[in-house]
Amino acid sequence: MAMDAAEIEALIKSALPDAIVTIEDLAGDGDHYAATVVSGAFKGISRVKQHQIVYAALQGRMGGALHALALQTSAPD
Amino acid sequence: MTDIAHDRIKAEITENAVVLYMKGTPVFPQCGFSARVVQILTHVGVPFKGVNVLADAEIRDGIKNFSNWPTIPQLYVKGEFVGGCDIISEMFQAGELQSLLAESGVEVKAGA
Repeated sequence: MAMDAAEIEALIKSALPDAIVTIEDLAGDGDHYAATVVSGAFKGISRVKQHQIVYAALQGRMGGALHALALQTSAPD
Repeated sequence: MTDIAHDRIKAEITENAVVLYMKGTPVFPQCGFSARVVQILTHVGVPFKGVNVLADAEIRDGIKNFSNWPTIPQLYVKGEFVGGCDIISEMFQAGELQSLLAESGVEVKAGA
C-alpha cells in the first residue's frame, strides 16, 4: 500500500504535460506525500476542479494505494 | 452509488447549512485531516453538523461518488461541496472560508 514519488509525478505529468510537480515524502514511508502542482490547465478554474484533475490523473489511487497526498495546486504567474 | 445514499446525502446537505463528512465525530475525530477541519470550523465559530462516515459504510462510499472526490473529510456549505482538508486549510488562511460563509448567509459566532 505504498507508492513511489516518481510514479506519482509520472502519472500527474501524463495528464498535465506542462505541469511543474514537486513531491515531498512527508513521513519517509512512501505513503504520506505533499505535492505542489503548477499547470496552465488550472487557470481560471476552482480549487476543487484543480484537485479533481490531479485526482483523475492518479487513476483512482488516491484514497487507495495512496493514503495521504496533501495537494497544493496553482496556475503559473 | 445507491440512490438511497445519494438521496440521504442530498437531504442532509440541504437541511443543514454546514455539513462535514468526517472520520470520527467532532468531539473525537479519528483522522488527522478530519481533526484539522473540525479545528478550523471551531476556530471560525461556525456551527456544523458532523457526519461520521466510519459509522456508515453506505455514506462512506456514497459521499466519494457524490462529489467525485476520493477522500474524507469533505465540507459542504449550503448544499455545495467546498473542498477537503487542503482546500479548507488554504481558504481559511486566505480568509476565503470566512467570506464564503458570510456570503452564504451562515452565521458565525462574533469575535471568533
